[in-house]
Amino acid sequence: MDYAPARFHASARKLAEQGGDFAYTPENQAKFDAVVQRYPADQRKSAILYALYLAQGQQGYLSPAAMSHVAHHIRCTAAEVEDVVSYYTMFFTKPVGKYVINVCRTLSCALLGAERVTEQLSEVLGIAPGETDPTGTFTLLEVECLGACDRGPVLMINDTDWHERLAPENVRTFVDDLRTRGVGALTGCHLHKEGGKT
Amino acid sequence: MAYEPVLTKFVNEPNSYTLDFYLKHQRGYEGLRKALTLQPNDLIEQVKASGLRGRGGAGFPTGMKWQFVLKDTPKPKYICCNADESEPGTFKDHVLMERNPHLLIEGCAISCYAIGAKVAYIYIRGEFFHVQEILEAEIDKAYKAGYLGKNILGSGFDCDVYVHRGAGAYEAGEETALIESLEGKRAQPRIKPPFPAVAGLYQCPTAVNNVETLCNVPLIVMNGAEWFSSIGPEKNGGPKLFCISGHVKRPGVYEASMHTTLRELIYEQAGGMIDERPLKAVIPGGSSVPILLPEQLDTPASFDHIQKAGSLLGSAGLIVMNDSVCMVWLAMNLLHFYRHESCGKCTPCREGSDWLFKLLRRVEAGEGQPKDLDLLFGVSNNIVGKTLCAFGDAAATPVLTTMKLFRHEYEAHVREGRCTLPASWRAEHPIFAAH
Ligand SMILES: Cc1cc2nc3c(=O)[nH]c(=O)nc-3n(C[C@H](O)[C@H](O)[C@H](O)COP(=O)(O)O)c2cc1C
Ligand code: SF4
Ligand code: FES
Repeated sequence: MDYAPARFHASARKLAEQGGDFAYTPENQAKFDAVVQRYPADQRKSAILYALYLAQGQQGYLSPAAMSHVAHHIRCTAAEVEDVVSYYTMFFTKPVGKYVINVCRTLSCALLGAERVTEQLSEVLGIAPGETDPTGTFTLLEVECLGACDRGPVLMINDTDWHERLAPENVRTFVDDLRTRGVGALTGCHLHKEGGKT
Repeated sequence: MAYEPVLTKFVNEPNSYTLDFYLKHQRGYEGLRKALTLQPNDLIEQVKASGLRGRGGAGFPTGMKWQFVLKDTPKPKYICCNADESEPGTFKDHVLMERNPHLLIEGCAISCYAIGAKVAYIYIRGEFFHVQEILEAEIDKAYKAGYLGKNILGSGFDCDVYVHRGAGAYEAGEETALIESLEGKRAQPRIKPPFPAVAGLYQCPTAVNNVETLCNVPLIVMNGAEWFSSIGPEKNGGPKLFCISGHVKRPGVYEASMHTTLRELIYEQAGGMIDERPLKAVIPGGSSVPILLPEQLDTPASFDHIQKAGSLLGSAGLIVMNDSVCMVWLAMNLLHFYRHESCGKCTPCREGSDWLFKLLRRVEAGEGQPKDLDLLFGVSNNIVGKTLCAFGDAAATPVLTTMKLFRHEYEAHVREGRCTLPASWRAEHPIFAAH
């Protein structure tokens, strides 16, 4: 008898992909040591998100070894780190593409065609949302409101760069541009430009 | 009388974000200098007299919130600036931090002095990395110039301001969830009481304030409580930022007094509707609040007027929609958001939002049955008022408000097995390509 038919148990603990050993580079170690000072001495755990960003920046995703390393620095258990990692959307527990394309799908962007942008990206890249292309260059994700709804459809590339007002018909050129020029192809945040900053 | 912006007057000028510009054009740090000559209690009284209400969503009087911060305690106190800005349709704090960061930094320092804190953490959403870079660089300059750090301006007052980066969670904007997240845990709310004013960050007395709220503080100190309250209707004083997005010609952030009507905001400031199509609905305060109809556009956009009209000003994110928008689709789009962002701590919200989304998807796809509409109503009402934080009510709102005002659209989906808005409209509008 099947005690746990899949339809009753949609949730599953997502295990992180195994990677090699992990330790911060000296540079990242120094950054961590500086930031942990911002919190009271008995509240190191406050630096956990920062520590995870550092590890993810170094390795591309968070492996069990990276999470253990963070646990060691925060002085908490690896389970507590995993608890945090699994909650926040900006952490990855599997390798992702060089460019993680996050398309905002929430109302204001959707009113301006975000769903079609995702469709086009999907077609041009040959992957569905949630997937990474075989060359490991692109990961396509749909995300919720990015806080720039006047510039929809908005995209966040990796966790640092932005592209605004991407019309569905321009998706193909956009992807080509991103391939050849990297993040230089992005519009960035309009305020930077209109406000006269590079 | 033309309104003169004070929060965003210079945001389109090159270098408006720099310390030099701030000092030269915005009487930079004069408010802090003046505040440090006053007694903290007098400062709180001044903010109370100004009538400043929180700009984060609830509109709670800021001076009162500060007064509740426990005084007789050996523990340190904290200011947490809520820069999580994740409410769909809201992007005002983004502009303030990116183009006028010193106003926030000065606001943080004054607020710390007022409540007796020595540290302010600015909790910024993880997606705003480009904003964080600017903010941190400018904080650095403020330290070097002696506006932050030890013995500020020779007053003996010490204050540190740090930026803390979140990592993608709408719920981190709820004040106790924000505190949990700052402590390095999942962003899930706490049971209140105790309120943050008594036991907040690290169980110490804490005031959580929105970015725009704190940006108003230096202006009040500099120009006086009377100046502030004279802008806008009674109890709704001060400059206000409105975020306008959706089917308007010039979406963006507009600063105005709360006398300004929704019509003026949409048709004058934001340039009116794209292609002059008729307006069908407007959500006036971010995705969590009830819809207002075209006949309500002459309502002034103040906390109290919008509430009287049956909605809420919330985060002042106006999402404007024309006649091509299907209201079942709208509810489905927003429930996708809520289902994804529910922190999962309470069952009605966690399960209910997922259930609502699935029901809406079915109805929207034309596969719904008449009983699904009763179920949508029933599930929504089993979330409202039964959850730990206001998220639950917010999640049910898109369903309840669209069912109340546009029930015929739901019925038509069920009856016809498809959306009944004319296909020609749909073709013109990108959202309906996959409809
Ligand atoms: C689910 C939820 C999300 C919220 N998100 C935000 C937010 O992103 N930014 C914000 O300033 N307030 C947000 N709030 C409101 C805060 O809980 C809190 O009321 C506010 O930060 C207080 O600041 P204020 O008094 O200056 O408005 C949210 C509330 C809830 C229930
Ligand atoms: S109402 Fe929703 S978001 Fe709020 S605590 Fe409960 S589950 Fe979490
Ligand atoms: S809806 Fe896309 S940025 Fe807000």
